[in-house]
Amino acid sequence: MSQHLPGVIPTSAPEREPIVNDFSITFCTVNGSGSATSNLTVLRAIFKMGIPVSGKNIFPSNIQGLPTWYSIRVNKEGFTARVEKDDIVVAMNPATFIQDLEYVVPGGIVLYSDEIKLTPTRNDLIYYPMPVKKLIRSIDITPQLRDFVSNMIYVGVLAWLIGIDMEAIRAALEYHFKGRAKPVETNLTAIRVAYDWAAANLQENHTYRLEPMKATEGMILSDGNTAAALGAIYGGVQFVAWYPITPGSSLPEALIEYLPELRMDKATGEQNYMIVQAEDEIAAIGMLVGAGWGGLRAMTATAGPGLSLMTEYLGLAYFAEVPLVVWDVQRVGPSTGLPTRTAQGDLTGVYFMGHGDTNFIQLFPGNMNECFEDGWKAFDIAERMQMPVVVLSDLDLGMNQWMGQPFEYPDRPMDRGKVLWEEDLELFEARTGKKWGRYLDVDGDGVPYRTLPGNLNPRSAYFARGTGHDEYARYSEDPEVWERNILRLAKKVQTARAYVPGPVIQRMEQAKVGIIAVGSADAAVQEARSVLFHKGLKTDYMRIRAWPFTHEVDDFVRTHERIYVVEINRDGQLRQILTVNYPEQAAHFRKVARVNGLPLSARWVIDEILSQEEK
Amino acid sequence: MTTVDTQTGVNKVGLSRADYKGLPSTLCQGCGHNAISNQIVAAMYELDVIPEKIVKFSGIGCSSKSPAYFLNRSFSFNGLHGRMPSMALGALFADMTLKGIGVSGDGDTASIGLGQFKHLIRRNLPMVYIVENNGVYGLTKGQFSATAEKGLTLKHEGTNLFLPVDICLEALASNATFVARSFAGDPKQVKELLKAAMSHRGVAVLDIISPCVTFNNKDDTIHSYVFGKEHEVRLHDLIFTPARDMLTIEDFVEGDTRDVELYDGSVITLHKLGTDYDPRDRQAAFRVLEEAREKRELLTGLIYVNPNEPSIFDLYKFPEKPFNRMTEKEIRPPKETIQTVNEWMFSA
Repeated sequence: MSQHLPGVIPTSAPEREPIVNDFSITFCTVNGSGSATSNLTVLRAIFKMGIPVSGKNIFPSNIQGLPTWYSIRVNKEGFTARVEKDDIVVAMNPATFIQDLEYVVPGGIVLYSDEIKLTPTRNDLIYYPMPVKKLIRSIDITPQLRDFVSNMIYVGVLAWLIGIDMEAIRAALEYHFKGRAKPVETNLTAIRVAYDWAAANLQENHTYRLEPMKATEGMILSDGNTAAALGAIYGGVQFVAWYPITPGSSLPEALIEYLPELRMDKATGEQNYMIVQAEDEIAAIGMLVGAGWGGLRAMTATAGPGLSLMTEYLGLAYFAEVPLVVWDVQRVGPSTGLPTRTAQGDLTGVYFMGHGDTNFIQLFPGNMNECFEDGWKAFDIAERMQMPVVVLSDLDLGMNQWMGQPFEYPDRPMDRGKVLWEEDLELFEARTGKKWGRYLDVDGDGVPYRTLPGNLNPRSAYFARGTGHDEYARYSEDPEVWERNILRLAKKVQTARAYVPGPVIQRMEQAKVGIIAVGSADAAVQEARSVLFHKGLKTDYMRIRAWPFTHEVDDFVRTHERIYVVEINRDGQLRQILTVNYPEQAAHFRKVARVNGLPLSARWVIDEILSQEEK
Repeated sequence: MTTVDTQTGVNKVGLSRADYKGLPSTLCQGCGHNAISNQIVAAMYELDVIPEKIVKFSGIGCSSKSPAYFLNRSFSFNGLHGRMPSMALGALFADMTLKGIGVSGDGDTASIGLGQFKHLIRRNLPMVYIVENNGVYGLTKGQFSATAEKGLTLKHEGTNLFLPVDICLEALASNATFVARSFAGDPKQVKELLKAAMSHRGVAVLDIISPCVTFNNKDDTIHSYVFGKEHEVRLHDLIFTPARDMLTIEDFVEGDTRDVELYDGSVITLHKLGTDYDPRDRQAAFRVLEEAREKRELLTGLIYVNPNEPSIFDLYKFPEKPFNRMTEKEIRPPKETIQTVNEWMFSA
């Protein structure tokens, strides 16, 4: 590699103006090497400098030794979608070194460990070898700690190269190590050693620079699964049953972390919640059906394969009218698929889940703040409607760090729905003039009143079942009884339209083209709309937050000539669902869908829409 | 030992036997399951149980229909095939003062539900788990179940080639703390075991041979009435005495009996029959089950009990108030905590 002097701009690299607060960095490492701490430190430090930033972990289904990538996007306008090119690559993994170079823009920068002895294939990049081992040996730490700390070398070199503020790095480390002075100082020492070495030995390069902003003031960073868990705690979650699966697991694990802090009596050590790690997803959902029937706010988190296993019990919950909440943090299917990569591939699966005529209320959080909000709201909706609610998040939203406003306390009292305790039963009969029946619709909204085990009124008990039953929960095979019941259940879905969150709609004046998306596809759509606008294409955008669709969705669908439905799956599943709901509009929906394991990029969305516009 | 006022027919909680009944059974005439339902009614009546403090659970199958035929005043959930245990666990957390009675069958427990059965035992959920075991699928009309004896020949199915699953052995291997086997043709023993099971601290497994008169009741087959009558070998005669009656025991004969005190202070008095069997000896439990299998005997009685093993409820500190009666104030953290939560996040 002698032909590449460190930091020397090769003659074949284009001349460039400095780029400030608008570039991306990818860290190419081996999983299990402790690089996550370094990568998060860079992300948090940039955020602390007031600059909008996002991070995406592209990791293997493996514990140690396989390639992993972490991409940080700095964008002064606040766009957070994945970008397809890297401006800076930090290459620490010899196995992927040559491949990693291919994604760098011409004139981009490569920081690499000098242990990589490969000859680079491109001469239009700027190379900085880093003597990681030598620098780490110069620090006074135990040999066992060296491996953990060595990834901080690239943080130091990067800090010198692009101008990461040292105080911001310190704040990030203090957060990561929960204020423990020793690891903070050890890591800071390594970063400083690397910074000083770079300043003394590397040729300066101002292609990419960070300059402090105030754009993140008052904001927080969180992953969607943590936000969802915290939201659920404010929703009064009482019973959690789960089975480990990527990328769902970190949601219940956040509940395990935060529930004792927020819901345990510090004086007595008493907890008013229960968490069970079940023997499988079938048992997890069975426990939820029991708990939800018993009157508890019950939830689980899983991913596609787990949801497949839960399907039969969810059908029972629908038919026996048991409230519960399932978070499906989607990953790439079918089958085991790509367990550590993101997708929106369970949309139709959930929509049509279960045998017989079955419906589930679905929520689609589009950012980490909505993960928090849906965390508590899902319980209100489930109990109000006496139906399972499935919240469709995904790996990108659930496991990556996102900027957001501080979490907001629920803006309304809990809605526990129609529950009758001992004396309520008497009042019910006085009010309605009818004998209470578990499945008797007295309000005309399809939603009956329920009693809960432990109710000591001798008339409170009923026999819940997945077989045919009448208004008084008596077994019945009568055709009229069956039809009456199944039509009442359909009515509940109509009622639910008033209780689910409406869409987020953004308009441009006189736009004729509409875009519809759900969930984490939002990031790419937001950026694509901005670029399309500058290219002369005005768009209105509706991000749907729930099914059943509300009247705002009806209006949007009916008032646009053509609507691009942007999503992360092969078949255009959201488009299929829209077509089922609005068959008369079917010809207006256009598919913009792909799945390759990666979050959508704005570039791909733009190209797809423009090429379809030309047709 | 019952507390029923013989004049009025009303027990100590003011209820008559009729208050414990269910709907008329729709199972076959002579089905063993009906006999068991009757003993559940009798046991609850005699134990002065408040029906509203019981929750019934079942899976799918003939046995799982039977909760409709007893304790009409108790909540009940007829769930999915083999997966009643998980549902029962969730439901009993709603109000930990309630007692669960689960009714399952040999198909429900020993085939599709074997995993949940063993994990229920592992968690030691306080409930009575009854297996109405007849060696055959009744509701789907006469297929072999996993407890069918090797060599059993059924009308439409031919001959069973496989060794049976022994529910008591499976329970023991899973560290069950209360394992009993009985016979629907021995109602007195069924009733006493039910009463004892109700006082047990954790899960109490009752494997009750309950003949299917329609599909599997030939005289020489192990799940039949005739076989049971001829080959039942009782480990002991047992009498259950609730804790509150302990001072009034009069018929205590020293020497021939062995008392087992349960966690709530009630006592099972075991009257020796043949050998002196100690149901607290787990090794002996495995041995007698193996021996009975070798001798092709229907061994009945309290096979194993460990009265003091903590239940899942004992492993955590829970408030006294039932979870399902908690209000918003108790389960939603107060408003001022949201600021702390936001401080836990990394902020700019």
